[in-house]
Amino acid sequence: MPEQQECICALATAPGIGAIAIIRVSGKNAIGITNEFFVGKDLNKVASHTVHFGIFRGADKDIDEVLLSVFKAPHSFTKEDSVEISCHGSSFIIQAIMQTLVKNGCRMAQPGEFTQRAFLNGRFDLVQAEAVADLIHADSEVAHRTAFNQLRGGFSDLLAQLREELIHFASLVELELDFGEEDVEFADRDDLRQLIFKIQQQIEQLLNSFESGNAMKEGIPVAIIGQPNVGKSTLLNALFKEEKAIVTDVAGTTRDTIEDTLVLGGYKFRFIDTAGIRETTDKVEKIGIEKSKNALNKAEIVLCLYDEGIEKVFLQNEFAEELSKRKVFWIKNKVDLQEPAEATTDLRISAKNGTGIKELEKQLEKAASEKITGSTILTNLRHFELLSKTNDALNEVLNGLDTGITGDFLAQDIRLSLFHLGELTGTISTDDLLKNIFGKFCIGK
Amino acid sequence: MFPEYDVIVVGAGHAGCEAAHAAASMGSTVLLVTMNMHTIAQMSCNPAMGGVAKGQIVREIDALGGMSGIISDKTMLQFRMLNRSKGPAMWSPRCQSDRNQFATEWRYTLEQNKNIDFWQEMVTGLIIENDQVKGVTTPLGLKIKSKSVVLTNGTFLNGIIHIGEKNFGGGRVGERASSGITEQLVQIGFEAGRMKTGTPPRVDERSIDFSKMEEQLGDENPEKFSYTDTPHLTKQRSCWISYTNTAVHDELRKGFDKSPMFNGRIQGLGPRYCPSVEDKINRFADKDSHQIFLEPEGWNTVEMYVNGFSTSLPEDIQYNALRKIPGFENVKMFRPGYAIEYDYFPPTQLNLNLETKLVSGLFFAGQINGTTGYEEAASQGLMAGINAHNKVNNKEEFILKRNEAYIGVLIDDLINKGTEEPYRMFTSRAEFRTLLRQDNADIRLTPKSHKIGLASYSRLERVNTKIQNSLNIYNELENLKLEPEEINAKLDENLSSKIKQNITAFQLLKRPELTLNILRSFSPKVQDLLKNYDQESILQTEIQVKYERYIEKELVLAEKMTKLEDLKINPDYDYSSLNSLSIEARLKLAKIKPQTLGQASRISGVNPSDISVLMVHLGR
Repeated sequence: MPEQQECICALATAPGIGAIAIIRVSGKNAIGITNEFFVGKDLNKVASHTVHFGIFRGADKDIDEVLLSVFKAPHSFTKEDSVEISCHGSSFIIQAIMQTLVKNGCRMAQPGEFTQRAFLNGRFDLVQAEAVADLIHADSEVAHRTAFNQLRGGFSDLLAQLREELIHFASLVELELDFGEEDVEFADRDDLRQLIFKIQQQIEQLLNSFESGNAMKEGIPVAIIGQPNVGKSTLLNALFKEEKAIVTDVAGTTRDTIEDTLVLGGYKFRFIDTAGIRETTDKVEKIGIEKSKNALNKAEIVLCLYDEGIEKVFLQNEFAEELSKRKVFWIKNKVDLQEPAEATTDLRISAKNGTGIKELEKQLEKAASEKITGSTILTNLRHFELLSKTNDALNEVLNGLDTGITGDFLAQDIRLSLFHLGELTGTISTDDLLKNIFGKFCIGK
Repeated sequence: MFPEYDVIVVGAGHAGCEAAHAAASMGSTVLLVTMNMHTIAQMSCNPAMGGVAKGQIVREIDALGGMSGIISDKTMLQFRMLNRSKGPAMWSPRCQSDRNQFATEWRYTLEQNKNIDFWQEMVTGLIIENDQVKGVTTPLGLKIKSKSVVLTNGTFLNGIIHIGEKNFGGGRVGERASSGITEQLVQIGFEAGRMKTGTPPRVDERSIDFSKMEEQLGDENPEKFSYTDTPHLTKQRSCWISYTNTAVHDELRKGFDKSPMFNGRIQGLGPRYCPSVEDKINRFADKDSHQIFLEPEGWNTVEMYVNGFSTSLPEDIQYNALRKIPGFENVKMFRPGYAIEYDYFPPTQLNLNLETKLVSGLFFAGQINGTTGYEEAASQGLMAGINAHNKVNNKEEFILKRNEAYIGVLIDDLINKGTEEPYRMFTSRAEFRTLLRQDNADIRLTPKSHKIGLASYSRLERVNTKIQNSLNIYNELENLKLEPEEINAKLDENLSSKIKQNITAFQLLKRPELTLNILRSFSPKVQDLLKNYDQESILQTEIQVKYERYIEKELVLAEKMTKLEDLKINPDYDYSSLNSLSIEARLKLAKIKPQTLGQASRISGVNPSDISVLMVHLGR
């Protein structure tokens, strides 16, 4: 049996929300890596083709109850050691499990990589293989498209710019190596350091946007706005089914914004309850209004709560610009106190007795699923991983600059970072570097 | 008049000489046909061997049992290890050679091999029957039979020399061009193209004022190319450096309207990294000075080579411009620089063993494949010679991989990517250059070459001793403990921080500022450990210890790559039926006929998703 390749993982079931999801882990130490996070039987000691119940535990907390199917090489789909993790089908759980694996020696599988390994390891005969060929092809094309289409605005521009800068940087170093005997300007180490800092800053920004801004991890920010005493806190309590905010009938009670997260249908929401908004001279309340405006700016979904039509008009006018950029739900509250109203598409609820809350939850889930499709999560994670690797390699370059290692070793890590970035932006070959060198520098005796 | 030869080699430049020598040394009967017996192994351009990446190639040729290293060692007049200040993968040996001695030594070497016959005449045609080469034909009407033919025509195929507005046929200045072969090959379906290269003027040493130039000395302790016991240089000649200026550039510009480069008379594409001086000042107009190296052509001549001044401008322009260079005020020119255009065959028409896909037994090596440089040519000649011999004897092809040798990178690039401009090796072309060092070419390649019957047993023994020695030193260093009181004073002296507790010599050696030679100079224990070992093994160990991390890292990457390399595919597979492949990929794959999945992945126009499709379709 040949040595197994590095461990890879990927979601094996269709992305999106389902009752159950299966994450497949395969390759060198697949069982060992999984075992580290499994609270249950020692997987290293169990027989092949057995199923085990236990808890998948992340770095600091339990993630989910899972069923693990263990397959030992060569008796698995890939002919490598494999584990299939059946967890609950929430995107957050899937993401958390895979992130744990990726941070601990696994890497995200390339499109079609399980099949590739299965083939490489002689699992397929030709007839079986041909049946999946088209599928793989489609996979990678979609992967390629999504890499650029499904990203947040500006991301691909940023990547293209990073790529340019890295190529320039790499060619400076290569120039020094291959043409060191000639009359060429050398790569100034301080300039290189500055350039890397700059590139890293951008990469880190992107990484942060995945990590902290990542809706899956932090929750999609939802703001509730409305005039004082329209029932924002009551709505919040209804959603959380507990007393989160102090509810009184004195307008302007909620002065500090309250944040908490809530999981609905597999999606995580971060609710921002806000103080009421109205023109005021009360100093304390004024601060509250400022805070509310800030919260609104942070939100991706806004629940606009009103009682009477005139309040809606006020909010529409006051926040026209902010609301135009966000998913907005208009919600008429206190329907229990009123006559059946005029025809409207707005949601009608009573936060107090629970009318319409179910419908609101449904709407929120729908909005979330539109925002975050399953494949975007995967793409993001893959990008996250590639950017992290690029960043790691650049850190190595910086280390190298600090310890004063020579250009050829700097180049090794630069090449590695280009390689990882290349998986996002399209490969960067040595021909690209040479082309850049020949275009920019006069060399040659 | 002639027997049937195993191998006929056409052309006796760097490629032809290595091809003839390799095939003959392995036991083939060889006929070396050249148009002029006096110009065997001529250095047509600069009198130098090696350089960055090229020096590594010469070491590889030597490790494989080729002769370029040995002959360079015997005929050099200056040696420098370039890039000494960088990591060991960048150390690149380079020598200045005595042009005449180099050629004489090569001819003498070939004459010592009883398997090699010589014939002086042009080859104007190939005998081809049923897509199999059977020999060559000449203007005298000779039909010389052979089982294989290696073509190493250099710049001679329909060569045209340009100097200003004048042009004439020729393969080198003063030598006739060769015709017939291109036409015949094109007729049977080969694709041919034109390339261009150039050479600078040669000048009279007696007319140069060296006081205005910088002297470039050889290394204080000159090393050499060959792993065998070749002589060390005892005395050296210097090179000299000067610079062009705006006055030089102004003179050159006066001839631009007569430049065959700029008026379109030259069609072939020249190398971007070896531009003519007119190209430099034209493309980089803002740069008002370029470096010029003045290199001696030999021990016993006053002729000198003006490196950096390659040109095809009219001779009077060349002369006037040269005289504006500091030190060249009274220069006398021996020969003008010139450009030459010649035929080449895009190398994607070859298999990895350098045999043509269309005609069995026909091999190409050197500039005919679109490369430039003595070292690139010599290495291809060596590989073609080996493979011609193996073909005739029904033995397996001899192919080097990209992670095994620069030669592997070179041939793999040529076959899979082709080349539009003369191809020169750079270290940046090798993705695993940390592994492809000049210090370990013997470890990488000599065992392989011995196995196929080229590198001698004594070479193999040498390598095995080196490997064993450095392994021993490595282990002993790991076990050698040094104490603070013993070495701290000396560490301080060598600007290395003191140690607080015992440390192994191995750990100490990892410090960038320390070497084994420094350690042995102050530690009797280290001195004692090393005293039984040769310097080469010691250096080998030092590199292994100091650069372990980087070497390991590349080994891991290389291992990943070889996984695909090991997946053989049928070269004659019908790609046209695979609709899931992109159309470009289908065409390219059908043309290149890759032998492994790894090779397929490097063909330009074949993208990763195509490879996935292939992987599934091309079952074993």
